[in-house]
Amino acid sequence: MLTTIGKRLLTVLPTLIGVIIVTFLLTRALPGDPAAYFAGPAASKEAVEQIRVSLGLDKPLPEQFIRYVKDLTQGNLGNSLSTGRPVTTEIVSRLPASAELTLLGLILSMMIAVPLGILAAVKQGSWIDHTCRVVATAGVSLPVFFTGLLLVYVFYYILGWSPAPIGRLDAFTSAPPNYTGFYLIDSLVTGNWETFRATLSQLILPAATLCIFSLAPIARMTRASMLAVLASEFVRTARASGLDGRTVIITYAFRNAMLPVVTTLGMVFSFLLGANVLVEKVFAWPGIGSYAVEALLQSDFAPVQGFVLTMAVLYVLLNLLIDILYGVIDPRVRLEG
Amino acid sequence: MLKAPTPEVDVGTALPLLDIRNLTVEFATRRGTVQAVKKVNITLAKGETLGIVGESGSGKSVTSYAVMRILDRAGSIAEGSVLFSGLDLRAAPESEMRDLRGREMSMIFQSPRLALNPIRKIGHQIEDVLLQHAQVGNESVADKAIEVLEQVRIARPKERYHAYPFELSGGMCQRVVIALALACRPQLLIADEPTTGLDVTTQKAVMDLVVELTRERGMSTILITHDLGLAAAYCDKVVVMEKGLVVETSPSETIFKAPAHAYTRKLMRATPRPGITLRDLLPEDEAARARPLANKPVLADEAPLLVVENLVKEYPRKGVSTSIKKMFGTTPVPENEVFRAVDGISFTIGRGESVGLVGESGCGKSTTSMMLMRLIDKTSGTIAFGGEDIGAIPARNFATLPQRKKIQMVFQDPTDSLNPRFTAARAIADPLLRLSDISRGALRAKCEELATQVGLPLQFLDRFPHQLSGGQKARVGIARAIALKPDLIILDEPTAALDVSVQAVVLNLLQDLKDELGMSYLFVSHDLNVVRLLCDRVIVMNTGRIVEQGPTQRVMEAPEAAYTRDLLAAIPHPPV
Repeated sequence: MLTTIGKRLLTVLPTLIGVIIVTFLLTRALPGDPAAYFAGPAASKEAVEQIRVSLGLDKPLPEQFIRYVKDLTQGNLGNSLSTGRPVTTEIVSRLPASAELTLLGLILSMMIAVPLGILAAVKQGSWIDHTCRVVATAGVSLPVFFTGLLLVYVFYYILGWSPAPIGRLDAFTSAPPNYTGFYLIDSLVTGNWETFRATLSQLILPAATLCIFSLAPIARMTRASMLAVLASEFVRTARASGLDGRTVIITYAFRNAMLPVVTTLGMVFSFLLGANVLVEKVFAWPGIGSYAVEALLQSDFAPVQGFVLTMAVLYVLLNLLIDILYGVIDPRVRLEG
Repeated sequence: MLKAPTPEVDVGTALPLLDIRNLTVEFATRRGTVQAVKKVNITLAKGETLGIVGESGSGKSVTSYAVMRILDRAGSIAEGSVLFSGLDLRAAPESEMRDLRGREMSMIFQSPRLALNPIRKIGHQIEDVLLQHAQVGNESVADKAIEVLEQVRIARPKERYHAYPFELSGGMCQRVVIALALACRPQLLIADEPTTGLDVTTQKAVMDLVVELTRERGMSTILITHDLGLAAAYCDKVVVMEKGLVVETSPSETIFKAPAHAYTRKLMRATPRPGITLRDLLPEDEAARARPLANKPVLADEAPLLVVENLVKEYPRKGVSTSIKKMFGTTPVPENEVFRAVDGISFTIGRGESVGLVGESGCGKSTTSMMLMRLIDKTSGTIAFGGEDIGAIPARNFATLPQRKKIQMVFQDPTDSLNPRFTAARAIADPLLRLSDISRGALRAKCEELATQVGLPLQFLDRFPHQLSGGQKARVGIARAIALKPDLIILDEPTAALDVSVQAVVLNLLQDLKDELGMSYLFVSHDLNVVRLLCDRVIVMNTGRIVEQGPTQRVMEAPEAAYTRDLLAAIPHPPV
């Protein structure tokens, strides 16, 4: 198993090198002059030139690239031009915020969508099937900022059940000590129930927004994949052997139907992680998506590079995890590894 | 849980184990309700073996699914009753049916590999059934599962207990399926085409095992098959079904000697068997109309069309160490890590000759035909076609060369080998468009000419494959192959997916086309009876080598190699 993972990681290296080169070139190709932006509108031409030199932007591209790679090997992603803070620090503090939110949203979504998909497939054409279709379609057709605002309006403004959407914690609670960066886990580890409750109450609305949005792909994929497996010969054999419904559906059908569902989960997760900018904006969430978009709008290329690189690494790790999961589920995949 | 029905106690009279009365099964389709089984009456006594024979669409499988009550969602029993030891299965609640399935009556399906859960160890799959029917407690269930595997003659059952279906051969998988079906010692076993897709020797082993186990346990068996010979060889009684109706029920000794119904006679005539000619397969009136078979001997002094010498194909054995070595590419792959699919074979095909290539799966016959078609490259040896070594031409260059026209192929599955988005005319025109300079205007006329040649009515030319029957699709495949007037056609089991009556017609068509166009055939098949009818010479392959070759009649009647004798002995012999 370890050698398989090692070998997979080796094959990942070319991808990462490609990502580094492409992001470097892309950010250089972006319109807008970072030096001019950094100097401000009132700066003289000389001042802009001076800043350009101090940023190293006057050097030829290959030299800039070598410097960039050299910094990368030391874990230095450069400094943000607009805030002046190191990009690495920002990403390290913001990535867990996004990841925690996305993971919780996805777990919620899985808990609802997978059973719904299974039921819809088993009782194809029944009211459960139609409910599943309606819920999934509605969820995916409402834009996240709309669902987010709606949830805030109902649960905060009208009902007052949830706290104000002002980020990961309200003003009266202090952040738990940083172990994983996931407030839920950190507060649990330290036994700080007060913080845990506060974190959860802040998390629940944005997570629900993401959950509603991601119900559709998971539920539909579960249903389609279950339908295919339920029609297969081995399920018929299992039925003809008199196995009870639960064994047939869970042990025989669902385990076989899981492979496409796992793939979809991976895709949905990586998509949400980088793309939930709107949710982060609505809930004032200090996430990685909004950080990257702000940087992009300001031609601040260091954070953009850092963001793309981080996402690429995450994506690669996620795919590795999915491959390992595949092996756990399907013995035929293990053989090829 | 339901009490096991005990027919011996039931009054003592000869109550049949299974009594199907007036059974009608309907399917709701988009075009309204379709009756798949119409007023069928079948009785099965305890300990009896019954064969249900029919071609596709005859309702033979649906009848058995109705008995087990495992019909698809769209299907339902519309009328009639099914009595199992006096118990009305149609009225039984689902929970009761679940107890009966697997414990009192069980089923073996075709395609054994698909019938097993691909990601569950076979031992655990057997345990599922044992535990479900409370045959044994949790602590001893593994031992019991191993015992069940042992009963179906699986070697090293303790290791195989941990195997996944993909690690076992087709025949082995079918043994596991039988083990599943017999684990709880049911009274009724329904075997639905249990040996379709298996080699003849495996078929014999599997059937012998089923018969032995069911006799030993006094079980009743229903064998559903399209093969009249198989049914007659293994069953006490045969039921013949056509289009949802039972047309004849009689003991298997009499059904071959005195078939009562016209359909049975047609089926019987169409079944390839020793001592007949191709024309005898057709119904009497058609056989009378067909022109007599040309008996043109192949001229011995003429140079052969195809000469194959010492042909070898090696594949690297896939393994971690090999791929790493390949990645770092320094050391050559050692000899023992190479698998020889074809191991130095030599043979010739004369002009106008029809040569059969037979052997069991994995013997290298498909690899051989793919090398001859120049779809894959050989490892060594020569393939001389019309005096030219076409084996030296890389496979990827061959498709556009003029030689491509001279070798064409007819594939095993008439459906899968046609582009579903192409009409019949477009499919036939495909090789013409690619490899000839035919004008657009002449194309249609050429397609119609070819269709007429293969007996495809012209109105079918504009239909898509899904609108054609199996036989019509086979004709399209053949028309496509002869479109460029090839010298050699490789026929890869062209009739394996067809019903026997359709097979009879297609085989006769192939023979007529050969006589008409003077082509040579390489007929790849596992069905020795079909090869006997169509081929002048036969080549028998085993594990990549040719074990025997010679004139068909000589090889079939006085085989020299032990392997050929085994193959011939494994063909089911109906009691004629």
